[in-house]
Amino acid sequence: MNGCDIAWMLVATSLVLMMTPALGFFYGGLVRGKNALNTIMMSFAALGFVGIAWALLGYTLAFDAGGALLGGLSHALLRGVGLEAQGTIPQVLFMAYQGSFAIITAALVSGAIVERMRFSAYLAFITLWCLLVYAPVAHWVWGGGWLAGLGTLDFAGGTVVHVNAAAAALVAALLLGPRKDYARRAILPHNVPFTLLGAGLLWFGWFGFNGGSALGANASAALAFVNTLLAPAATLSVWTLLDLGRSGRATAIGAATAAVVGLVAVTPAAGFVSPLAAIVLGGLAALPSYYGLLWRARTRLDDSLDVVAAHGLGGTVGALLTGVLAQKAWNGSADGLLFGNPRQLGIQALAVAITIAFSAAMTAGILKLLAMLMPLRAEPRDEGLGLDVSQHGEEAYARDEGAILILPDAGPRRVAERDLALAPEGGRS
Amino acid sequence: MKLVVAIVRPEKLSEVLEALFHAEVRGLTISRVQGHGGETERVETYRGTTVKMELSEKVRLEIGVSDHFVEPTVQAVLGAARTGLVGDGKVFVLPVEKVYRIRTGEEDQAAVTPVEAPVAAS
Repeated sequence: MNGCDIAWMLVATSLVLMMTPALGFFYGGLVRGKNALNTIMMSFAALGFVGIAWALLGYTLAFDAGGALLGGLSHALLRGVGLEAQGTIPQVLFMAYQGSFAIITAALVSGAIVERMRFSAYLAFITLWCLLVYAPVAHWVWGGGWLAGLGTLDFAGGTVVHVNAAAAALVAALLLGPRKDYARRAILPHNVPFTLLGAGLLWFGWFGFNGGSALGANASAALAFVNTLLAPAATLSVWTLLDLGRSGRATAIGAATAAVVGLVAVTPAAGFVSPLAAIVLGGLAALPSYYGLLWRARTRLDDSLDVVAAHGLGGTVGALLTGVLAQKAWNGSADGLLFGNPRQLGIQALAVAITIAFSAAMTAGILKLLAMLMPLRAEPRDEGLGLDVSQHGEEAYARDEGAILILPDAGPRRVAERDLALAPEGGRS
Repeated sequence: MKLVVAIVRPEKLSEVLEALFHAEVRGLTISRVQGHGGETERVETYRGTTVKMELSEKVRLEIGVSDHFVEPTVQAVLGAARTGLVGDGKVFVLPVEKVYRIRTGEEDQAAVTPVEAPVAAS
């Protein structure tokens, strides 16, 4: 084991964990104020439910040797996950690092189903999804499964995390149906600064996501780290120019989206391509997502926060371009199409296609199963009132006028009267 | 002339506006207000502090109309704002003593009759 590697992976794990609340803010700013808490909670709750599901069962399904399709159960309930080395870091740390990936992947799906899903159904969904969809795909690519055997290049999870989550998001949006207001009236983001804050914190955390995927403090981590800086910068620039060319105005939500698209696209490529190639990759990745977003908004598909356009298209472009731009001189293991290995592009395309098919089918199965046990959607009345009040009994922006304090022993009294009673000199406020 | 004052649910506002425009009611003012009309109580909890929210968000529309427009205006609001549950709101029709249009100084009937869109000066 190596102290430097352990130190970096401890930091990287906490950076990736922060990405989940950051995603909550990114998504939370884009919804209406009456659903702000619910949307942020969809990410926040994943920290708990998916975190535990991962430790108890998900880790073993993904990273136990097992077979080509699924890991075994030898690490179930964290059995045998101790301080022994996994690579150059303790296995417990490796388990935690991978757990932070499982958490954010499940949370990503929520962007397609905000403002309408019942929260308890959502909790059941992400817990099952982590075990039945994320863990198998992680096993295929990183846990010694069959896609790893084929030579798929996925440095930090372009396919495992982003394409996988986007396919699930598409199916979930289709099965849940659109919000009742969708395409009938204007639905505006309630806090664009939240979205920029979330995107900025996602970028910050992504240095741990990509840089940490080298699993050590080494040259590969440095390359991934630098590419994580450059690719989104290129996407952001191209996106802004597209905005300026189309409407003459550089939108803030566009900039936030662009940063995320660039990060998604560089995820599979981070440790495999040269920094200059990362800039090219980031710039190219802006195009499908930019036009995908414009197209989606004109359809009946209520993928509310554009998980498919940002993560699906961004992840697919990133995975394919990894097969084009990978360079042995930088990564020491594989070349892409541009460096004389066209077969790599085919492998990348196969991995993306298989992941989409598997994730879509399994997600549909999980949601159909849950629909038999419980309603998936909030009542139309609750949807109108907002899910903050109906699902959580709280408001993001509560006002205390007219709020009556319910005391456990006495009857209800007005807040103002109570304050006056406690402060006879005239009340505090 | 009458002043129609309607208090409606915020989530119904878009439908109400749509219905009013269909009824060719053009001039109106809205404000966000809070009120209570016997809705079932909303209980919220913040870190163990439980409160009953007595006031709900509502939108208040004020529409000055000439007499023959009162009925269409009221019907448009009634049709669009109703969910059938307590808390749908109220419509008040008030007599109006005098109306002035500030831009022209027109009075009464003329002041509440919408102007045709002015021909763009070229």
